[in-house]
Amino acid sequence: MKKLMKGNEAMAEAAVMAGCRYYFGYPITPQSEVPEYLSWRMAEVGGVYKQAESELAAANMLFGAGAAGGRAMTSSSGLGIALMQEAISHTCACEIPAVYLNVSRGGPALGCIQPGQADYYQMTRGGGPGDYSMIVYAPSNVQEACDLLQLAFDKAEQYRNPVAVYADGCIGQIMESVEIHERERDPKLPPKSWAATGWDDPSRRPTGFTSVFMDPAKCERHNDHLQEKYRIIRENEARLDTIDTDDADVVLVAYGTTARICMSAKRIAAESGIRVGIARPITIWPFPARQLYRACQNAKAVLCVEMAAGQLYDDVRLALNGSRDAGLYYRLGGMMPRARDICQEITKLLEEA
Amino acid sequence: MSVIYQKDTYLNDTKRHYCPGCSHGLAHKLVGQVLEELQLVEKTITVGSVGCSGLFYDYSNSDCIMALHGRAPAVAAGVKAVHPDKIVYTYQGDGDLASIGIGETVSAAARGENLTVIFANNSVFGMTGGQMAPTTIPGEKTSTCRDGREPQVHGYPIGVCELLSQLQGARYVARASLHDVPHILEAKKMIRKAFTYQLEGRGYAFVELLCACPTNLRMKPTEACRWVEEEMTKVYPLGVFKEE
Repeated sequence: MKKLMKGNEAMAEAAVMAGCRYYFGYPITPQSEVPEYLSWRMAEVGGVYKQAESELAAANMLFGAGAAGGRAMTSSSGLGIALMQEAISHTCACEIPAVYLNVSRGGPALGCIQPGQADYYQMTRGGGPGDYSMIVYAPSNVQEACDLLQLAFDKAEQYRNPVAVYADGCIGQIMESVEIHERERDPKLPPKSWAATGWDDPSRRPTGFTSVFMDPAKCERHNDHLQEKYRIIRENEARLDTIDTDDADVVLVAYGTTARICMSAKRIAAESGIRVGIARPITIWPFPARQLYRACQNAKAVLCVEMAAGQLYDDVRLALNGSRDAGLYYRLGGMMPRARDICQEITKLLEEA
Repeated sequence: MSVIYQKDTYLNDTKRHYCPGCSHGLAHKLVGQVLEELQLVEKTITVGSVGCSGLFYDYSNSDCIMALHGRAPAVAAGVKAVHPDKIVYTYQGDGDLASIGIGETVSAAARGENLTVIFANNSVFGMTGGQMAPTTIPGEKTSTCRDGREPQVHGYPIGVCELLSQLQGARYVARASLHDVPHILEAKKMIRKAFTYQLEGRGYAFVELLCACPTNLRMKPTEACRWVEEEMTKVYPLGVFKEE
C-alpha cells in the first residue's frame, strides 16, 4: 500500500523492513528524522537504537555491531560523514558489512542545511587512509532511496564491505508517496560464519578483525585481496539509468535530485524542439563509465549538472576519456539548479557545438 | 601428581612482542585466569585497541576485534548491542583510553553500558616511543617533555578512576598496581569483580592497572616497578573508588 511519507522517515522504515535491527546515530540536519524515527521504531521491533556521543562513536559502534554479525546502519550528513571516514576505511579493511546513509547538505564545512551534492568526492574517493572503496548508491526520489537502502544491506553482506546511500537533503525532507515492502535477507547469501559471536565452536578459528599488519608483505597481500574484491564490484555493480539518450541532441549527466530537475529541463527543451537525453548514475562508485561513454556518443553536446563545483564532472570526463567535450553547470551552497537555467545552458552549448 | 600451576586457555602460545619487564603480559594473564575461573572464555568477545597491546588479537583464544585508536568502548557497545548475553570487554592503554578515547570512555560509562574495561596505565605512549600521555605524572621525563612534565606548561595528569567514579552510569571503578605480588593478587580480585558485574548485568565496570614500562622509563624492570610503587601511586592512589 502506498503511503505519503517524509524521505528520512521512509528510509528509516525501509531499513527496518530490510531487517536492520541496530542503529547508531547522532543528530544533524537534514537527517535528524532518521534517528528520531528509529528511536521508537527499533524498540517496537526488538532492535537497538543507540544515540552515540559523536559521529566518530556512531561509526565505530556500527563497526562493532557489523563485526558481531548484526544488520546495522548509521546515518548522518556531510560533516558527520567526514568524522566517520577513518571508521569507513577500517570497516573496509576488516571486511565488515555496514550501511551508511548520507543525507547531504551544502558545504564546505558547516555550510548550510539545504540540499547539496558536494560530498561526491567524500563519498566516492573517501577521506580515510589507504586504498579502499565502497558501493555508493545515489537515489533520485524517495521510493528509489528506500529500495536502494534495502538493497544496500544485502550488498554489504554479499561483499562484506560497507555500502552507502547518498541522498541529498531534498530527498530526506520531501514528502512523497512510497510503498515499502518487507525485504528478507537474500537467501543466496551465505551465513555469517565469520562474525565475532564468542569462540565456542572449535571447528572454526577465532576471529581476529584488524587492519594492522606488522609485516609489509602481509599488508600488501591484504591490499591485493581487497583490490580484487573492488575489481569484481566494479565489474558487476555499476548502474546507469538512461532516458532517450540514443537520439538526443544533448545528454544531461546528473544524479539525485538534480537528475529530477533535469527531467523538467528535458520537458521544457522539448517545447523548443530540442531532444534531451538523461544519463543518471545510480551508483557513483563504482562509476558506470562504460555505460556513460556509450550513452554520450550520439549527442551533439554533453552537459553535466550538479550541486557541486565539478565533482561528478571529474568522473564524467574520465568516462568520456577525451573522446569528446562535456560542459558543466552547477549551483552551490544549498541552492538548487533551476530547470529554465539548465535549458539556457543547453541552448548555449548547442550554439557552440 | 597435582597441578599447582597451569596456563589459562584464554591466551594462546603465540610469542609476545612485549619488552622485558613490561606489565602487559601480566595484565593479559590476569584477565585470562579470571575468564577461565569464571568459565567465560568461550563466551568472551575481546575488543582490542591501538598501542602496545595492538597485536592482542594474535594472543587470545577468543573472538577478537581491534578498534581504531580510542574507539574501543564504542566498538564494544556495538558488539554488546548484538550479543547482550556474551561477555564483551575492552583492553586499552592510557594513550588510547585517556587521550584520544576519553570521550568514548566517559560516554560509555555514562550510558551505563554493561561492559568491562581493563585500563593499562603505564604513564606514556609506549608503542610510539614514550611520548607524554595525559597520565604522565609531574616531573616524569618523556620524549615530548624532556625536562619532565611541568604542569604549568603541559597541564595536569588525568585520574581516570576519579573522573569515572563521578558518573552515575559507572558501577564499579577500581585501581590496582602490578608492581609486586600482593598488589598483583589484589588486581586479580578487582578484575574478577569487574567481569562478575557484567555477568550479573550490573553495568559498567572499570579496572585501572598501574603498569611498568621500563623501556620508555629508561629503567631496569625492577627499578620501573619501584618507580610505579613509589611515584605513580602517589598521583594515582590505589583502591576501590566505587562499588554499587
